[in-house]
Amino acid sequence: MSKTTLTRRGVLRTGAVAGAGVALPTIFTASSARAFTNAPTGGSVTLGFNVPQTGPYADEGADELRAYELAVEHLNGGGDGGMLNTFSSKALDGTGIMGKKVEYVTGDTQTKSDAARASAKSMIEKDGAIMITGGSSSGVAIAVQGLCQEAGVIFMAGLTHSNDTTGKDKKANGFRHFFNAYMSGAALAPVLAKMYGDDRKAYHLTADYTWGWTQEESIKAATEALGWETVNAVKTPLAQTDFSSYIAPVLNSGADVLVLNHYGGNMVNSLTNAVQFGLREKQVNGKNFEIVVPLYSRLMARGAGENVKGIFGSTNWHWSLQDAGSKAFVQSFGTKYGFPPSQAAHTCYVQTLLYADAVQRAGSFDPCAVGEALAGFEFDGLGNGPTLYRAEDHQCFKDVLVVKGKENPTSEFDLLEVVEVTPRAQVEYAPDHPMFAGGSLGACNPGA
Amino acid sequence: MDAITLQILNGLDKGSAYALIALGLTLIFGTLGVVNFAHGALFMIGAFCAVTLNRLLTLSHQVVDETRTDFLGNPLKVDVPYMHDLFGEVTGAAIIDWSVPLAILFSIPVMIAVGVIMERGLIKHFYRRPHADQILVTFGLAIVLQEIIKQIFGANPIPTPAPDAFTGSFDFGVLLGFDPNAIIYPYWRLVYFAFAALIIGGVFAFLQFTTFGMVVRAGMADRETVGLLGINIDRRFTIMFGLAAAVAGLAGVMYAPINSPNYHMGMDFLVLSFVVVVVGGMGSLPGAVAAGFLLGILESFASMNEIKQILPGIDQIIIYLVAIIILLTRPRGLMGRKGVMED
Repeated sequence: MSKTTLTRRGVLRTGAVAGAGVALPTIFTASSARAFTNAPTGGSVTLGFNVPQTGPYADEGADELRAYELAVEHLNGGGDGGMLNTFSSKALDGTGIMGKKVEYVTGDTQTKSDAARASAKSMIEKDGAIMITGGSSSGVAIAVQGLCQEAGVIFMAGLTHSNDTTGKDKKANGFRHFFNAYMSGAALAPVLAKMYGDDRKAYHLTADYTWGWTQEESIKAATEALGWETVNAVKTPLAQTDFSSYIAPVLNSGADVLVLNHYGGNMVNSLTNAVQFGLREKQVNGKNFEIVVPLYSRLMARGAGENVKGIFGSTNWHWSLQDAGSKAFVQSFGTKYGFPPSQAAHTCYVQTLLYADAVQRAGSFDPCAVGEALAGFEFDGLGNGPTLYRAEDHQCFKDVLVVKGKENPTSEFDLLEVVEVTPRAQVEYAPDHPMFAGGSLGACNPGA
Repeated sequence: MDAITLQILNGLDKGSAYALIALGLTLIFGTLGVVNFAHGALFMIGAFCAVTLNRLLTLSHQVVDETRTDFLGNPLKVDVPYMHDLFGEVTGAAIIDWSVPLAILFSIPVMIAVGVIMERGLIKHFYRRPHADQILVTFGLAIVLQEIIKQIFGANPIPTPAPDAFTGSFDFGVLLGFDPNAIIYPYWRLVYFAFAALIIGGVFAFLQFTTFGMVVRAGMADRETVGLLGINIDRRFTIMFGLAAAVAGLAGVMYAPINSPNYHMGMDFLVLSFVVVVVGGMGSLPGAVAAGFLLGILESFASMNEIKQILPGIDQIIIYLVAIIILLTRPRGLMGRKGVMED
């Protein structure tokens, strides 16, 4: 039996030599062009569209996917070009991205964080996706954003409204075009105060997860600043379907406004239950009882049917906007699919164009170069007016729409009407605002 | 006091859905000895019968309205339901408005057919297999059914309103001597409760007062002896499966206006209904009904803010907590019979 002598110094020395040997090739190559994850080599580049194809937000995911397909078509020079024609940056010319044809793979987030991470990981590792985008939930967005940061690819968030996505969970590789809960509060509260007065008593029902918490906090802060009082704020489980036992206590709480911090199926059911319980016909404190749904989605308004009429909320974008960008997008989406796009479709389409444009301007697919091109980027012509991708937190700042359920819809898509376009200045906040504090972007990670 | 009355109403309402589903589950378990995890899916299919009839009644053709434009600026195509062409605008609109009550008639044959096909096509092959196999196959079936529904109707909830006459709410408190506006309760939920009571009464009467029911009860008590007497108990049990499916389906049809139907609504009810059956006592019909109402009311009370302030999160676990306590003190459930699931 032989005896091996392993000393600490010996192991360290061998390790250091071996490490230097392995690192040598990258040290030399880095000086010319840094290596990064999934650097495209052939004539094409692959984007990864990670959307809910099954599960409760599957319809929203389907609309996101339509938008992505349209964006790819436009980037490759197909169709009528859509918002490429109205986009203030003219770097893209319909020949793909940096001359490479755009291809895509899709993944199914199932609106579950672990499934979303697994599908993103598979698209990065197996399919060579250079960028991941999509999703319809903040829980998923934060999980996938973290994964992309580790893997060294850019994440262009889809529909995610929690403050945390660009707050305490922000990442250098992650970018959000969609607005957030703080902005909803800042835009909505003045309109609510104008419509319903400033001495209201509000009762919140809140979906019990990251998005619900930050929205409740934001709406409470914004309405209380204008004189409203918050009577109670009750968390409801995400899996809840019948909200009657949560609605019943509202009736005798002294509140005269019910704020539903719910999304998707939760929103449809809680709003339907609230209307069934006659809240909207009720008089409390000598005022008409009112219901507010701070984050509206047309796809969900459809589920709630008649019940959304006259109810205020906010939205990132609406197809009835009359600026050149929105009109171009609605025209090409509507012609291709036969119905107008949702706000989820809009943000996903825009995110794809913004990514492609940033690559083109940076002259590289390197995530750090792309991130630099996006950070602090000012643009216009994509449907929300002049917009800034703020460098400090990778959040887009733009006008916010306050909307109301339409009283006399002319079609099944015509459910919301824009009440006010709240100017960007009114929804801006400092990067170190307490609602967004606690995280840091960190350094960008090119991977490889 | 008015808050408590309101929660009792809520509990009765929730309880009636639990009781109806648990009743069907118990019927199937008691007669066929099968633990049917696809029962929630039958409830869901019932709700989609209401959606389907609504869709059928609103089948439309498009008429171009030159005076208005659509979102692309083209002349607006207005949908005109065939019902309006057939019966005139007023009657046609009324028929569409009453689609949910009409769906009751529509769903009974559909649900009985679904139940019989399920029993003859799949479940009868699992009679002699262990309960674990039955649970696996019926659970798998539930997933298949729910995916089929999602494929056809999409993932979002589909609004299926009650007739206009029953939308809105009514001042229940005044009836009980409270101040006006103290207890407002939705009409349709009261209708649901009354409907559930009617169905439950009907099933009990059927089992109690008809010869068919007597044979089924005898079969539930001692299948072998009934078989030895020369009675074809299998055929009757198949019919009972269809009947149980119809009960679950009717519960679903009437539930559609309360919460817009979606493909996973069956699963939401399934687990709770099983707890109801176990608490009530496996195989006991009155037990299932009593436990359904009891747990519905307890759940409603537990979600009162006053109680949640003392015990946060109690509303989520109350049903399971009560189930544990009852099973510890009465292992066969509230009204369980000796010998059921004990061999």
